[in-house]
Amino acid sequence: MHTPIAGECAPNQGIYDIAIIGAGITGAAIARQLSHTRLKIALIDAQEDVAMGASRANSAIVHAGYDCPNGSLEAELNVRGNQMFTQWCDELGVPLSRCGSLVIGFDEQDEQVLRDLFERGQRNGVPDLALISGEQAREIEPSLNLDVTLALHAPTAGITCPYQLTIACAENARANGVDWVLNAPVTGIDRRDDQLVIHAGGHTINARYVVNAAGVFADEVSRMMGDDSFTIKPRKGEYMLMDRTATDTWTVVFQTPSKLGKGILVSPTVDGNLFVGPTAHDQMDKLDTEVTDEGIAELTRMSVKSVPNLNFRAVITSFAGVRAQPSTGDFIICQSSIEPRLIQAAGICSPGLTSAPAIAELVQQIMQRMGIDVSERQDAIKERPAIREFRHMNASARRAAIAENPLYGRIICRCETISEAEIVEAIHRGARSLDGVKRRTRAGMGRCQGGFCGPRVMEILARELDLTLPDITKSGGDSWLVEEMQ
Amino acid sequence: MKSTEMTCILCPMGCRLMVTQDGDKIRVEGNSCARGQKYGVQELTNPERVVTSSIRVMGGQMPLCPVKTKGQVPKSSIDEVLHAIRASKAIAPVKLGQVLLANVAGTGVDIVATANRNAV
Amino acid sequence: MMKYDVVVIGGGPAGLAAAIEAKKGAPEQRVLILERDQALGGILQQCIHNGFGLHYFKEELTGPEYAERFIEQLDGSGIEVFTDTMVLELSKDRRVLAVSREHGLIEIEAGAVVLAMGCRERTRGALNIPGARPAGVFTAGCAQRLVNMEGYLPGRRVVVLGSGDIGLIMARRMTWSGATVALVAELMPYSSGLNRNIVQCLTDNNIPLKFNHTVTQIHGRERLSGVTVAEVDPMTRKPIPGSEQMIECDTLLLSVGLIPENELTQGAGISISPITSGALVDERRETDIEGIFACGNVLHVHDLVDNVSEEATIAGRAAADYVKQGALSGPIAQVRTGRGVRYAVPQRVHAGGEGKLDLYFRVDNAYRGMRVQLRSGDQLLLDRKKQIMTPGEMEKITIDASKVTGDLELMLAEG
Repeated sequence: MHTPIAGECAPNQGIYDIAIIGAGITGAAIARQLSHTRLKIALIDAQEDVAMGASRANSAIVHAGYDCPNGSLEAELNVRGNQMFTQWCDELGVPLSRCGSLVIGFDEQDEQVLRDLFERGQRNGVPDLALISGEQAREIEPSLNLDVTLALHAPTAGITCPYQLTIACAENARANGVDWVLNAPVTGIDRRDDQLVIHAGGHTINARYVVNAAGVFADEVSRMMGDDSFTIKPRKGEYMLMDRTATDTWTVVFQTPSKLGKGILVSPTVDGNLFVGPTAHDQMDKLDTEVTDEGIAELTRMSVKSVPNLNFRAVITSFAGVRAQPSTGDFIICQSSIEPRLIQAAGICSPGLTSAPAIAELVQQIMQRMGIDVSERQDAIKERPAIREFRHMNASARRAAIAENPLYGRIICRCETISEAEIVEAIHRGARSLDGVKRRTRAGMGRCQGGFCGPRVMEILARELDLTLPDITKSGGDSWLVEEMQ
Repeated sequence: MKSTEMTCILCPMGCRLMVTQDGDKIRVEGNSCARGQKYGVQELTNPERVVTSSIRVMGGQMPLCPVKTKGQVPKSSIDEVLHAIRASKAIAPVKLGQVLLANVAGTGVDIVATANRNAV
Repeated sequence: MMKYDVVVIGGGPAGLAAAIEAKKGAPEQRVLILERDQALGGILQQCIHNGFGLHYFKEELTGPEYAERFIEQLDGSGIEVFTDTMVLELSKDRRVLAVSREHGLIEIEAGAVVLAMGCRERTRGALNIPGARPAGVFTAGCAQRLVNMEGYLPGRRVVVLGSGDIGLIMARRMTWSGATVALVAELMPYSSGLNRNIVQCLTDNNIPLKFNHTVTQIHGRERLSGVTVAEVDPMTRKPIPGSEQMIECDTLLLSVGLIPENELTQGAGISISPITSGALVDERRETDIEGIFACGNVLHVHDLVDNVSEEATIAGRAAADYVKQGALSGPIAQVRTGRGVRYAVPQRVHAGGEGKLDLYFRVDNAYRGMRVQLRSGDQLLLDRKKQIMTPGEMEKITIDASKVTGDLELMLAEG
């Protein structure tokens, strides 16, 4: 029953071929791709877990690729990434639902935007795009507003789970020998002739090359290596998530896009919840993920235009993520012209999640052009088994699972039906906090938001990690939960 | 002469009482019934409470056992009672009603277990 | 497939009383309690304060003592108990699917089912309070478990939102455990908690209580650093601009309402009242699916456990009767609510019954000196003056069941 406890590793004292800074979806996908080669790799992140930035709070959409400007890197990687997604999710045991997306229009002005999008999509090479009438749109998605007159339907669009995908990539990378170096904010990088020396949260990590996948902090990491060719602006997106019982929309529904983004969308999640969002507001603070009154009001006001019957009484939580908007207006994925040992994977705003597999592939190609040996090794592990979920098993599978591991018979999270076995497995795979367990298992993600299972998950964390309850945090750092009584 | 305002807790009416002490005489105003009169006098002269808390248990299946003062203790002694409970430990097994601290904080009242606790 | 006559889902106060009464009513029947926790008693286990049992046992008990009064009756009763067992599904034809470490996956065919799953707490997410998402925001009941069962303190400087009884009790418990409670904020102009708790939990400990106030913002990135509290307009319940005040604290406790835990009920296709969020039941607490009964906080949220026990004995007895005699027949009278009454339970009764019939109800506002009236057509079945009624306290009236001949209407009238 007890698998060895994995997770944070002390960095290797020798020299890494590649240090990837940032363990969001971009860094983790690159780590996974490169882990299939012979390269020795460190995956570094400032936070206590992977997927702690924009990768844990975004729209979870696998975009079709019609709204990126023609000829942009975004367009190319979006369409390519979308094609790669099925295989990646299959190999990594991550949910993917190709539920299709609709962009809806209400008047002539919207219809013009939709026609432009349709043409752009055609030029970007998006397959199966179609302009359809309001009536046809409502046949696909009956919950739509009756006033919709025209819609752009993209059947290749879908939904996934962004933090599950990030965790899965990082786990697959680790299975192939990649070291995770967490709780390690990069504070400086020495550019020596023979190697790069990275100072990160008390660690010193030596590497031949650095991949900069530092999200909203990518400009700062780049500057540490002498390259100040771009800046990153944080853009907040707020969301509201509703209980599964309120889900009545099973297609991704966009409104016609504006300058600031793809508009407020209404979308199901792979777990069967419904969410509305995101807002799009530029801000100065890269870590400000506060939900605002204005944001909630905007989401409520705008989302009912798409789906009039949304049940806001079923909201179980609201949250916000911060996207990395690059000053260049496009993804920055290239060898730095200032420091040739730096490969940028920066400015990854939307559609960054969709593009991640293609970004990883492109980084590999760039390295190949740089003369790095990135040929795949024979014994590379491609598959990453998902944690087996009690709630999705049939009766005989449940019986077998309990017979093998009785902890499958103890349900800890009653809202989401998560067993103790899944929680223990998540901890053994690297969860160190309540939120770490939550992202890996969904314990605490249901309607009671951990009110019932929170103390129980804390006890299991303490037991498995040989800690006391005051050592357990919500999400690392100073997010302690309880103190000793005296 | 000393006047104190208080809420009567004996029924949902929650009468606002004005209790005035003038030498030996105590006057209660604002009450709607005789019980309120008695409550006002008691609260002014000798307020008492039942104190409940939990005590550490050694060798038990659970780390704590809930306890209470077996009767009312003077309100002014609550802090001392709580301190005495915090400073002591029970040893499993513990039976409901078992005296865990006799004459707590000199009040003449015992601390008793309000639940059973099995040993490991 | 296991077979039981009566299966009770939940081993808290409702489930315990229902099971005991079912067995008393029909000693030959096999009665089973399914409890998801490792111990019986439900939420009473962590309610270590006193104030329970004044009505039901005519003496003042703590939560664990109250629970023990029922648990000790199980000994030698023949009632079977599976603890650490989670019910996953309930079907219309009373098949129960459950799982536990000890028993694995179990399917049970039940003659009758009593739903006694209790309720859960409303969360910050449901309130949609803006701000950051740091550690340190707990529902009051979650904090209560941490303090009373685990022996740890959720924080040192506390703001409580909501003045329901759990919030008041936890304000005192935190103070008694060494924390400082800076404020209890209540959105409404009155508390839904008992006067006794306001006095003995707050006044005794010099904890300020502000009515018409709410938390409008949560601050702190990793651990809570403070909350913004604002006064609300008593009419609109919206924050008054300019009244905001930042209070430094590391802990926010939420006591903002309880929601019956009816996912299994809904899964079985049982009709739910939008007002109580519990099943619609008749006077025997039978739902609209034959042979499935409900009682306690899963049916409607009670303020006194004594009432839960009383209701559960009705449901437990009825479940045993159902197994013996099948469904009741005869004309049904609806219990409608009129002016001032938010809801009444049961929502329907069989006409022409025997004995006494208790109707429980809640008013929709605080009322003084109003009359409670129960009408059946032109007939006034009951007319009683009440000094005070508040939404926080459940009211009960008793009538002669044989007088029910048609639909009933319960309402308040001027004194």
